[in-house]
Amino acid sequence: MPALCRNCLSQIDPAPRCPHCNSPRVIAHDELFALSIAHMDCDAFYASVEKRENPDLADKPVIIGGGRRGVVSTACYVARIRGVRSAMPMFKALQLCPDAVVIKPRGSLYAKVSKEIRAMMNDLTPAIEPLSLDEAFIDLTGTARLHGAPPAVMLARLIKRMESELGISGSIGLSHNKFLAKIASDLDKPRGFAVIGQAETLDFLEPKPVRLIWGVGGSTGQALERAGIRTFADLRRWDKQDLHARFGNMGDRLWHLARGQDHRRVSPDSPIKSISHETTFDTDTSDPDILDGHIWRLAEKVADRAKARDLAGRVVVLKLKRADHSAISRRISLPDPTQMTDRLYRTAHDLFAQVGKQGPYRLIGVGLSDLRPAAEADRSGDLLDPQARKRAEAERATDTIRSRFGKDAIVKGRALR
Amino acid sequence: MKFSIERGALLKAVGQAQSVVERRNTIPILANVLIEAEGEGVSFRATDLDIEVVDKAVAHVERAGATTVSAVTLHEIVRKLPDGALVTLTDDSATGRLTVEAGRSNFSLATLPKEDFPVMASSEYSSNFAAPAPVLRRLFDKSKFAISTEETRYYLNGVYMHVSDGEGGRVLRCVATDGHRLARIDADLPEGAETMPGVIVPRKTVGELRKLLDDDDVQIAVSVSETKVRFATPDITLTSKVIDGTFPDYTRVIPQGNSRKLEVDAAEFAKAVDRVATVSSERSRAVKLALDEDRLILSVNAPDAGAAEEELAVAYADERLEIGFNAKYLLEIASQVDRENAVFLFNSAGDPTLMREGNDTSAVYVVMPMRV
Repeated sequence: MPALCRNCLSQIDPAPRCPHCNSPRVIAHDELFALSIAHMDCDAFYASVEKRENPDLADKPVIIGGGRRGVVSTACYVARIRGVRSAMPMFKALQLCPDAVVIKPRGSLYAKVSKEIRAMMNDLTPAIEPLSLDEAFIDLTGTARLHGAPPAVMLARLIKRMESELGISGSIGLSHNKFLAKIASDLDKPRGFAVIGQAETLDFLEPKPVRLIWGVGGSTGQALERAGIRTFADLRRWDKQDLHARFGNMGDRLWHLARGQDHRRVSPDSPIKSISHETTFDTDTSDPDILDGHIWRLAEKVADRAKARDLAGRVVVLKLKRADHSAISRRISLPDPTQMTDRLYRTAHDLFAQVGKQGPYRLIGVGLSDLRPAAEADRSGDLLDPQARKRAEAERATDTIRSRFGKDAIVKGRALR
Repeated sequence: MKFSIERGALLKAVGQAQSVVERRNTIPILANVLIEAEGEGVSFRATDLDIEVVDKAVAHVERAGATTVSAVTLHEIVRKLPDGALVTLTDDSATGRLTVEAGRSNFSLATLPKEDFPVMASSEYSSNFAAPAPVLRRLFDKSKFAISTEETRYYLNGVYMHVSDGEGGRVLRCVATDGHRLARIDADLPEGAETMPGVIVPRKTVGELRKLLDDDDVQIAVSVSETKVRFATPDITLTSKVIDGTFPDYTRVIPQGNSRKLEVDAAEFAKAVDRVATVSSERSRAVKLALDEDRLILSVNAPDAGAAEEELAVAYADERLEIGFNAKYLLEIASQVDRENAVFLFNSAGDPTLMREGNDTSAVYVVMPMRV
């Protein structure tokens, strides 16, 4: 059986410790050097970056998240031992771990580190599909000759480089398709390296809950449960036709996943599908003035990102969460795509007026989807709103000023509410 | 209830009724048509709670009565019966079925009680007048293309019918706009319409109304109140709620000072726009109009898909101008012109453009340009 020492990267015979460096970090698997689809997931990425920036934090529980009312975005492993999890409300996290250091997320810093990691992955292969700042699929099929080493070795080397050069650790899942690679990367965290081979795929999945499937969360999960499907074993008992009849296209995909089959390619430039921003309030509010201020600020953030990427969207989405966590979502299609804060704000504002007084709300979000190239955006004016052109010109002028003197160089009064 | 009726007459009456019925609705009775037989005739009534249509047809009534039955099913049956057949409809209150017989065909349909059928509350109409079918046909046909589908500006989802001042005095005017283009169509004010309140006639009503207007010789009785509008021929009565909203002040949208005049054969122009737009793969296809002395160059440049250009001989005497439009909007506006040349009046590449037929100001169109 082939084996690999993740410490000194030597290919060895299976043994509890590496004969060369005596490290216990040995991984052995029949298909270890044959598999080539991987998922790399950084360990507590935001928290690791913060700890790297401030070594005093190294042994302290660190939670990344916004405000007293926000949710945990990332918790370091010290905090996780105390029971803190991501997406947990901050007040609950602080109950479990009162001495935690709470840090507001610093997006641009994380993006910079993420870029450095991506550059390292790029040294291995161009077939990288980033899922977010801290995780990506890597397809190393056919690179063994080029690198003079099988994919598993190159992946172990990547993680080693990330640790030594960037001070960030990550976990690898290695398998024969994206679906299984993503599951594998979660099996052995942190600093993990897990392998799911062809041979054990079915046995491995059999007892696992179907909620393991990415995208099978709330409503799909409930629908599956109503159909009596909890585990992959349950799922595998269903005929393809029956699954299709009950779940549509998702059913076809479920049928394949039940058998550990996933034919999606690792596609380097999967286009962005939507741009959105949301914010959770410190205290629930139904004050239309306050909410309106948030709608403006969120619209501005979304428009900024759209402009930065030369994109525009035709569908505007408004998302609200009530105090009891029930969500309201409203969307509307514009006659032509936009990337202007003004149009985005006005449309989201109209949607908010339709939703009306169902508050108080704890969260509000604004998004743009059905994305298109910016060249198609905002090309025709509105007969009934002759001022729109002036406002658009003002916005373009504001953008120029902000790009030279910083985001806060010029601000709408509305944004200060 | 029992009556016999000629298949053609039945098809026409049921056809009008079933088109009002909403295909997707959750209230079973709204899928039905109310059939009432009495004296010399039968009436067919259908509603979606916003629009109600009543169609009367002559029939041989043996036994008066009323029932309701699925409008779509009855329409499908009658449509498939042979031309010229005599159809007998018999209502059996014991079994709750309606029997439809024609020749050797026999159908038995489930019914719902007539008492459950919602009948639109009658209201007081503040204005009643008669207008020839061709007049209304022109007013609505030439304006309906500009009706908006935007939900947030619901008050644009119809044609604004009102009394206004035209060049030659008071007129009956229809206006529709979606913010990108606008149509303003005038007709001589019919006697009795002076006091009519302005109403926004919903898109669906405009579509249903069109079916009443095919016959040139028919006078349409129009009744208008603040909340409802009614159009009636001797056989068909169409009653509709109007959109509860304020139509925006369109007068300030219509450019007054546009001086650069282009005169072009509308049909040639439309064909050329259609041809050059073919190469664009975008959702909103932009066409560039480059105007020079008596020359118009239409062009489309889609970097990914290709480019197209076509030259037209036109009448244009002003300085050079380049302006872009959504091809679809140009086509729709150009196709409204049926007698004379299309006259476009431009200001600048960023300002609304006005279009009319020759010097006729009873139909004017405004279209917003597009950045190209």
